[in-house]
Amino acid sequence: MQQIPILKIGRFLLVSIQIDLQDQTVVALQEDLADSIVKTGARGVIIDISAVDIVDSYIGRMFSTIAAMSRLMDAETVVVGMRPAVAITLVELGLSLDGVRTALDLEQGMRLLESSLGDR
Amino acid sequence: MSHLLRSRRDAVLGRWVELVTEGTRGRMTEGEVRSELTELYGLVEGALTDPGGTTAGELRAALADISRSRARQGFSPTETAVAVFALKRAVHENLDGTGGDAAYADFIDFSAYIDELGLATFETYANAREQVIADQAEQLLELSTPVVKLWDGILGVPLVGTLDSARTQVVMETMLQLLADTGSRYAVIDITGVPAVDTEVAQHLLKTVMAARLMGAECVISGIRPQIAHTIAALGIEFGDIVTKSSLADALAYAMRGSGLRVLSGTDA
Amino acid sequence: MTIEPAGEMPISGNDDVVRVRQLVRTAAASAGFSLVDQTKIVTAASELARNTLVHGGGGSVGIDQTVGDRGKHGLRIVFTDRGPGIPDLEQALVEGWSSGNGLGLGLSGTRRLVDEFSLESEPGEGTTVTVVKWIR
Repeated sequence: MQQIPILKIGRFLLVSIQIDLQDQTVVALQEDLADSIVKTGARGVIIDISAVDIVDSYIGRMFSTIAAMSRLMDAETVVVGMRPAVAITLVELGLSLDGVRTALDLEQGMRLLESSLGDR
Repeated sequence: MSHLLRSRRDAVLGRWVELVTEGTRGRMTEGEVRSELTELYGLVEGALTDPGGTTAGELRAALADISRSRARQGFSPTETAVAVFALKRAVHENLDGTGGDAAYADFIDFSAYIDELGLATFETYANAREQVIADQAEQLLELSTPVVKLWDGILGVPLVGTLDSARTQVVMETMLQLLADTGSRYAVIDITGVPAVDTEVAQHLLKTVMAARLMGAECVISGIRPQIAHTIAALGIEFGDIVTKSSLADALAYAMRGSGLRVLSGTDA
Repeated sequence: MTIEPAGEMPISGNDDVVRVRQLVRTAAASAGFSLVDQTKIVTAASELARNTLVHGGGGSVGIDQTVGDRGKHGLRIVFTDRGPGIPDLEQALVEGWSSGNGLGLGLSGTRRLVDEFSLESEPGEGTTVTVVKWIR
């Protein structure tokens, strides 16, 4: 099983998914992220999925879980770079990614997190 | 029959060329007709001698070529088929009437074969036309589905004419791809020029707005006509919290505000 | 109807779900599906492969290229397991129904990603799900 690296950039954590996600990798990532948020006191999580060519209900549910979980630890989550074909498929599948914020790319995702931190 | 075609070649071919040249009414010279038919004649002869051989395939290909080139010269498909059928008359006139019943049956078979060839030219013509129509439909689809940049980070999708499901899908996929490619946060879908939408099209629009949102962009729909608003309401389609504006200008203003832009008149500055 | 086999593989572990996706992706790309339709059918296959693994206790998948009426081409994927089966097929396809740890999308969501969907199941014998997607 491959491990997905979690990088710290300022007050945020960056997870860039570059592999075809296996269910166990997804579970491991959720746990690793929770640990990292506690350890670093990060205020935001950015999940870059621009390299991901499919998101099924299991992976989609991971985004919602991570968002809910990080919110409990006072961090916002934003999913960036979702491909159009993936977005169209998720809509057709009926998955709405409740509670997950999205941005077109890394830069806009960072800006979104910055501005939501500014509100508080 | 192939024996007759060989033994009376000059007479039959000559008569065929004569008949066909007459039919072209000056659009082709006798020389052109002759070279075309000589090739064809050889192939018909070969195909009759050896029905299972490769010549039959070559004959069909040659007929297809002739059908296409004649279509370009402005011949109707009927004229092309009639030119092929003329071979029957040329052959018939060259029968000496001594063969009796056997020759009669032989001629009927030959005639059926030529009918088949004539219809093959017709089919080629129809297929070529269908291809042209399909190409045009595709070009029309591309032409009628523009996605334009209204401002930095704001795309515009002016839809005009009747929306069918296929077209809506194409525009919407194009738009989502452009949102991703250009990093545009807003898309204004203007449907002022759309007379009506059905449930399926309304659903496509709705799904696109949801897909754009998943990607991190926002769609604004402008120019919804009263009839369309009525359709959407009557169909009970949940448009939810989608932003709709009555005019393209309002939608653009909304998107600009959302992008942190302010429009000032010259005197304000 | 002529059918050309494009691949077959067992589904017995978590890695296999990823492998099914890759197999279907390759088959869909070589069949000439648009990117969006490739993504839809791969996603549907991913959902069904996980079902086969989790609810059917493992099984197998077969992928064929298929030709339908009026010469349209498509891809047919068949998932088979020897698991407990589904007692109520009608209910299994109802929107929002799910047998447990799902999100409530279950089979109804997957069904919308393909053009044809058929479910056969015999309690105690196993389940076969067949999906077809046509090239537009």
